[in-house]
Amino acid sequence: MLRLEKLVKRYRTGDLALTGIDLEVPGGQVMALIGPSGAGKSTLIRCVNRLVEPTSGRVFLGDTEITGLSKGQLRLARRRMGMIFQEYALVERLTVMENVLSGRLGYTGFWRSYFRKFPQRDINEAFRLLERVSLDHMADKRADELSGGQRQRVGIARALIQEPELLLVDEPTASLDPKTSRQIMRLICELCEERELAAIINIHDVLLAEMFAERIVGLQAGTIVYDGPPDRLGPDVLTTIYGEEDWTATIDKVDEDELTEEELRERERLMSRAS
Amino acid sequence: MAVRQQGELKVWQRRERGKQFAIWGAWLAGVAVFAYCWRLISEKTIWMFVTDAPRQAVDLAERMVPPKWEYMAKLWLPLWDTLNIATLGTVMALIIAVPVAFCAARNTTPSVIFVRPVALFIIVSSRSINSLVWALMLVTIIGPGVVAGILAIGFRSIGFCAKLLYEAIEEIDEKQVEAVTATGAAGGQVLAFGIVPQIMPAFAGISIFRWDINIRESTVLGLVGAGGIGLQLDASISTLAWTQVSVILLAILATVIVSEWVSAKVRHAII
Repeated sequence: MLRLEKLVKRYRTGDLALTGIDLEVPGGQVMALIGPSGAGKSTLIRCVNRLVEPTSGRVFLGDTEITGLSKGQLRLARRRMGMIFQEYALVERLTVMENVLSGRLGYTGFWRSYFRKFPQRDINEAFRLLERVSLDHMADKRADELSGGQRQRVGIARALIQEPELLLVDEPTASLDPKTSRQIMRLICELCEERELAAIINIHDVLLAEMFAERIVGLQAGTIVYDGPPDRLGPDVLTTIYGEEDWTATIDKVDEDELTEEELRERERLMSRAS
Repeated sequence: MAVRQQGELKVWQRRERGKQFAIWGAWLAGVAVFAYCWRLISEKTIWMFVTDAPRQAVDLAERMVPPKWEYMAKLWLPLWDTLNIATLGTVMALIIAVPVAFCAARNTTPSVIFVRPVALFIIVSSRSINSLVWALMLVTIIGPGVVAGILAIGFRSIGFCAKLLYEAIEEIDEKQVEAVTATGAAGGQVLAFGIVPQIMPAFAGISIFRWDINIRESTVLGLVGAGGIGLQLDASISTLAWTQVSVILLAILATVIVSEWVSAKVRHAII
């Protein structure tokens, strides 16, 4: 579905963010990308839809070579990739509905979108999605009136209304509390399953990654150092990704008050595995 | 910050000693320059006139009262002209300032090397000339009247509005723009959905602020023949009709108060 071949990104400052990444994500797979800050996680997913121009290497989405597309073709290709952001990146002064519908901009002409005359089909879909993320009563609220979790659900609806084949998710839970983080991750994974979407999820919360992803890729200084299922992710692997640390303590940090019974059991299971 | 060891103690002072002396020296020099300038000005002033000033002011004030209220009947039309000059001038300025601002902002300009300098030059040249000077030139070019006033106000305001607007554009949250771009939106759509909503409050604030300034500026444009109430002010002062002058000044004061009130209301509604 998505294939990266020898992807290299060197920033103008000279920093080498990605050092020749080879990666393949099959259709329908939810993959978590973990790694320390500055490892190149954000750069990697931004190179996929070319919000960041890769220096060299190739990106294939299905049969399309993204890296070879002209500006207009790139717009068409971007419609096939939904993106969800850290801190939501909603247009704060537009309503929830406008934010969701902005996911259809790639399919809508300029004047129709300028006068907010989106096709009824899109509006139906927007209402359906808002209902799916339990925000249908908020459609008319301005985005800046929403709480963090609600905003991220609007972000999810905006990505999904594109009818993408792939979701690029950049730290979806970085500014959310532990409970909301889980809810958002669960929602993203459920939706991927419902729609058979592939997803790359950048996340620095290892526990969440283990709980929700079927495959984990560890990135360290722009190189893949781990690629495998979550249950092989022991303290030794975490040490190669992040460096020396007592990993049971990291897992211990999650606030207990925020967890439900079920989640506490899940955590104990993970901790016993880690030690 | 200066830290020095004094036996066992670590003593902290805000500045090093040398730096502190330098600051005192600078203050001393400042006072000395002020005293010298005071002496120069004092030598060239005819103090008799200055000491006489309070008496002259009282005399002028006495000649201004009672205001000749019936003169107001002749002022409504010029006052209306003044309002029109300010409003139409502001509208004209905004229509030109918006594209100029987008060309001047680093993150939206089509070309940093070719287009941006041109836009910045338009802004600087518009701002460097006072609207009274614009009016003087325009009156000689297109003749006296309201049109010259509108253009003068308009030209002066382009730079002001464009400068503040392009600064607002440069300060937008790029993540929102990125998110709209990632959906596959075209350039114009990114502008309309990602950027315009973010700068709308700034745009509304700038327009109303400039309109408020322009009302005050357009009251004097008549002095050089560019229409509005300034024409009457000029005529009344040169015929020493001080009771009319006081009516005009009161009319201007009332207009400015009303415009302040309107702009405060509008600004409140936007935020």
